[in-house]
Amino acid sequence: MSAPILPLSLEDVTYAPRGAALLSGLTLRVEAGRRLIVMGANGAGKSLFLRLCHGLIDPSAGRRFWASGEPRPEAQAMVFQRPVLLRRSVAANLDYPLALRGLARAARREAVALTLDRFGLAAMADRPARLLSGGEQQRLALARAWAIRPQVLFLDEPTSALDPAATRIIEEMVARFSDEGITIVMTTHDLGQARRLGQDVAFLHRGRLIEHRPAADFFAGPETPEARAFLAGDLIW
Amino acid sequence: MDGPFATAFTLIASGDDALLQIIGLSLRVTLGAVAIACVIGLPLGAALALARFPGRGAMIVVSNALMGLPPVVAGLVVYLLLSRSGPLGPLALLFTPTAMIMAQTLLILPIVISLTRSVVEDLWAEYREQLLSLGAGRLRAVPTLLWDGRVSLLTGVLAGFGRASAEVGAVLIVGGNIAGHTRTMTTAITLETSRGNLGLAVALGIVLLTLTLTLNALAWGVGQWARGRLG
Amino acid sequence: MTHSCRVILTAASALGLLVALPAAARDFITVAVTTSTENSGLFGHILPIFEAETGIEVRVVVQGTGQALETGRRGDADVVFVHARAQEETFVAEGYGVERFDVMHNDFVIVGPGDDPARLREAPDAASAMAAIAAAGASFVSRGDDSGTHVAEKALWSAAGIEPAGEWYLSTGSGMGAMLNMAAQLPAYALTDRGSWLGFDNRGPLEIVHQGDPALFNPYGIILVNPKRHAHIKAEQGQAFIDWIISDAGQAAIAGFTIGGEQPFLPATRSE
Repeated sequence: MSAPILPLSLEDVTYAPRGAALLSGLTLRVEAGRRLIVMGANGAGKSLFLRLCHGLIDPSAGRRFWASGEPRPEAQAMVFQRPVLLRRSVAANLDYPLALRGLARAARREAVALTLDRFGLAAMADRPARLLSGGEQQRLALARAWAIRPQVLFLDEPTSALDPAATRIIEEMVARFSDEGITIVMTTHDLGQARRLGQDVAFLHRGRLIEHRPAADFFAGPETPEARAFLAGDLIW
Repeated sequence: MDGPFATAFTLIASGDDALLQIIGLSLRVTLGAVAIACVIGLPLGAALALARFPGRGAMIVVSNALMGLPPVVAGLVVYLLLSRSGPLGPLALLFTPTAMIMAQTLLILPIVISLTRSVVEDLWAEYREQLLSLGAGRLRAVPTLLWDGRVSLLTGVLAGFGRASAEVGAVLIVGGNIAGHTRTMTTAITLETSRGNLGLAVALGIVLLTLTLTLNALAWGVGQWARGRLG
Repeated sequence: MTHSCRVILTAASALGLLVALPAAARDFITVAVTTSTENSGLFGHILPIFEAETGIEVRVVVQGTGQALETGRRGDADVVFVHARAQEETFVAEGYGVERFDVMHNDFVIVGPGDDPARLREAPDAASAMAAIAAAGASFVSRGDDSGTHVAEKALWSAAGIEPAGEWYLSTGSGMGAMLNMAAQLPAYALTDRGSWLGFDNRGPLEIVHQGDPALFNPYGIILVNPKRHAHIKAEQGQAFIDWIISDAGQAAIAGFTIGGEQPFLPATRSE
């Protein structure tokens, strides 16, 4: 693995396209090797937060920097709620980001074979990715993210569209990624999932970070009334 | 209409050399123009979809408008360019198949550009975040989007093919309808009509239509197959 | 990526092949001719004879006389073969052509509906025949394209002292065949040459209703485009074609061309 890119630091970051602040005053460090769960009500800014960390959008104010000093390190990946799979075969989908990173053909073939094997996709290597089931598509998306050997993986509600069986498979994979040393930053509105996977919790409310603590502490006793209401299942604004 | 159909059938069945030559040239000119228009138009259309630069709007409007360019005008432009008294005169290309390919390329290019732009724009809306996340910038996204939009793009290419194979104005002016050299299906039809050989003209028309139908059926089949296979 | 690369490469090479397919590197000349000669089928008859004798391929570009002369003026043809004497002489006088040679002639004929509503069959000469059309207000279809036929038609109108205009006069701006197709459909009177008429199949009710006036004489001339104007002109081969067509062999070839037993073009040398 190349030079460590983590921790990722946000300092007083605001995201305000066309003047309206959707995220504001965010200050936080994403530490290497941890599993950070981002929580909050719909519209709290969880997805935007992930995109901002991942570099899909840039801060309107404040600083975002990686330990490696690069503006946007390559060793990071993101899995979307509805991943876009290319209209190609499963194997070609895995090959694509590797080709983008300039790997030689032989190295890519080897890496693709390894990934197919690791994720149980070898039997469907030549099938069109778009024709897989929802669970298989999400598995392929995870495999594609894993194939580039990321140091940090962002997951945006990766199981919200899946049935319980597929959800469990995805959760197991995330746990194994973590065991391999990959840092996880994941949004979810499934409290059970947050309890199962979270080591740290960041709680967003109306675009602001109002709690950032170890998961055990957060679930035992949230400090803010908003987080307490959220855990209690109240509708909050 | 018994006459023309019988004539058409006899023509094809006889495997007449002159006819085969005319069909071959028609295909060569039209497919050549389609191929060049694709090589230029696909990346250009994709660039128009992805890039933001001053004058982009004007370029889109112009390429949309040029889809309606009368073939005769395209022919005249190429004629004036290639004429011995024109800027490209020394190349001695007037009244050659190459000149015909150039004129038809000019006709098809706006169609390919406009349709590519619209297909790629839609696809980019769907792919943008994912491609950026995977590490592909806008430039690198161009071939990706073209490849993933290949089934839809085929429609645009077929529209271009249809326009080229049907038109007579441009190839007549720059090709000169020279027997055995620049005579295509459409210019031959024009000539036979002017000779009053309406039966033969219609027979040639039937041959042309059959060819176009076959190619379109093939392309449609490929499209359906790809849709089923690629999702 | 690899896919698109391969596709682009394949497309590019296919392209190169299509465009670069070399035109047969044979000796050839380009001759701009009028629709009337081509439509009759004359060249299909005489060119194989010339090509067999000399090995020079003749590429015939068919245009109206006005356009054919313009093609020569721009240097896009080596030889022009047309029928509008005055324009041909201007073409040579202005230095675009080397010299005009008589090749052959035929005659114009006035065709019209067989029942001949304007009674052209009774007209003593061509000018009065035209006057009769105008007087009867019978439909007349004109080429209207500055072709040799159109020029001859205008000469007839002015001989008749008529400025043709009105509902009955249809200037179509089209070639000989298209014009005859229109005349057959309307039906209407039209001026055409005997060669085109003999080669035209879709006559409908049309018949020749007036012919024989010396004013309807229609001479064809051939001119080498001046290599002093355009250095690329294949003067040697072009002159070879001209020499051949006015030679006994060429004249015999023209005389040997018949349509349905009739001879649409009379060699120039025979008439002199």
